[in-house]
Amino acid sequence: MMNSPAHMHVPDGFLSFPIAALMWIASLAVIGIALRRVSDSLGEKQVPLMGVLAACIFAGQMLNFTVAGGTSGHLMGAALATILLGPWAAILVLTSVVAVQAVIFQDGGLLALGANIFNMGIVGAFVAYFAYRSVQQLAGGRRWGIFVGGFAAAWLSIVVASLAVALQLALSGTSPANIAVPAMGGVHMLIGIGEGLITVGALSLLHATRPDILGVGEAKPAGAGVWVAGMLIALVLAIASPLASTYPDGLEYVAEQHGFLETAQEPTFNIIPDYIVPGIANEALATILAGVIGLLVVFGVAYGLAYARRKRTQA
Amino acid sequence: MNVLDPYHAHDGVIHRLDPRVKLVLAGAFILTTSLLPSGAWPIYMLMLAIAISATLLSEVGLAMVLKRASLAIPFALAALPLVFTLQGAPLFTVGVGDARLVVTWPGLERFASICLKSYMSVIVAIILATTTRFSDLLLAMRALRAPRLLVAVLGLMWRYLFVLTEESQRLLRARASRSGAPSTSGQASKAGGTLAWRARIAGGMAGSLFVRAFERAERVHAAMIARGYDGEVRAPALPPLTSSQRLALIAGLTLFAMLLLLSLAFV
Repeated sequence: MMNSPAHMHVPDGFLSFPIAALMWIASLAVIGIALRRVSDSLGEKQVPLMGVLAACIFAGQMLNFTVAGGTSGHLMGAALATILLGPWAAILVLTSVVAVQAVIFQDGGLLALGANIFNMGIVGAFVAYFAYRSVQQLAGGRRWGIFVGGFAAAWLSIVVASLAVALQLALSGTSPANIAVPAMGGVHMLIGIGEGLITVGALSLLHATRPDILGVGEAKPAGAGVWVAGMLIALVLAIASPLASTYPDGLEYVAEQHGFLETAQEPTFNIIPDYIVPGIANEALATILAGVIGLLVVFGVAYGLAYARRKRTQA
Repeated sequence: MNVLDPYHAHDGVIHRLDPRVKLVLAGAFILTTSLLPSGAWPIYMLMLAIAISATLLSEVGLAMVLKRASLAIPFALAALPLVFTLQGAPLFTVGVGDARLVVTWPGLERFASICLKSYMSVIVAIILATTTRFSDLLLAMRALRAPRLLVAVLGLMWRYLFVLTEESQRLLRARASRSGAPSTSGQASKAGGTLAWRARIAGGMAGSLFVRAFERAERVHAAMIARGYDGEVRAPALPPLTSSQRLALIAGLTLFAMLLLLSLAFV
């Protein structure tokens, strides 16, 4: 029933621990600020409004359309949420959506949740805000600003978020930057067009039927800080990713210097030499031994369960 | 019961575990897995045995869990280039025409490690979701000091998730009955109009879903105010952990710590 979304939800196992931890810290810090900002502006209305709209973005991701030959595109909603609610409220809404997707549907990992919130919620919202506000300023309040701004915000937020995913994978030593960056970026440049078209479709409907709602996020501009943050994120990722992809060794060097790569952990691990655990020096033998122990454990559990169940039915 | 809710009602060993214990142990399992060095196969075997044992104990169906856990497999494509790019002893060469790609042993080992680690983590996450009610998970998150407002927003989102997914299914059904359904068979059915037109229609649906959700939020807010809501979200606290629950927590954490320590021998 659920379309598998474009693969931006990073599962567990694909990010190294330092990267996952770093992204958790960054996300929690921004969520903290967002919670304070939204509490100040919405007060006691915050919980019902954010909760229902998070459910709306979740449900909105089911709205799909045929692209070609059995594939379909669907809304992701970071830009739409940012344009309609402002960046801080959008961050809370998107965080809730990504968290429920991870916890309930295993769409994205739990340890990787910090990174997924960062990419799809925080990067998406900041970059969309930057793009939308910039085009709005250029348009000077004319109508085309809404639509061109909406398209630009949707496209840019998807592409920049995918670059963030690619860089995190590269820094984790999971995917070489010179392959991950062009692949992720390229695919999402196409997906971003679909996102842009859907976002424009939604905005034009709202513009025609409920122009008052369209003004909700605009009425309270979030300030220059968010605009600058969005621009910096977009710029840094747009510059860093081609660089990383042209000089993958450079990225690997940086990663090793900061202990991101597993290879870089080896010196610390080697403090415990092999001979401390004799008997399992032979790795193949150890694997077989562990496999046998594992099988025994599983069979023990299965047998115990069957025994308990039989006793239960007899009683 | 809604198809969205993964919770399996049952009275099993894992179901009876306190949600706080389950949340911490699931998190600790995934954390331990991510900290294991690449290629520590003996430890992977033991962790996999733990994950499968937990699945059996949860009695939600081993086959269902193993099948659902393979959902994350397509993402492995992102790690596939490692097989060719990591330096090391060449294993074999695949070639198409003039292009030659050398599969290296360290590359293959790192790739297989990533896939297995990911698979085990997803199994444990599925068990957490199938054996714990979402409302209990929220209480556990709150007990583990997750921001109060965020937990309240998640709780409200969960209540309206079913309402709004049904709303969006109605929108899809309405479009299908206007004969604009997306083709599912893989045939290049045009399903009406150009690509931009189809995307704009989907956008219009998203827009009206948003308007309905926005208006619903206003009504929910008014109803909450009418029932005395003052912005403070009050939730019952979970009772303190019983000694057997605490024992399960400590035993689990100790086991993971020991396995992590043991994995140092395989670097």
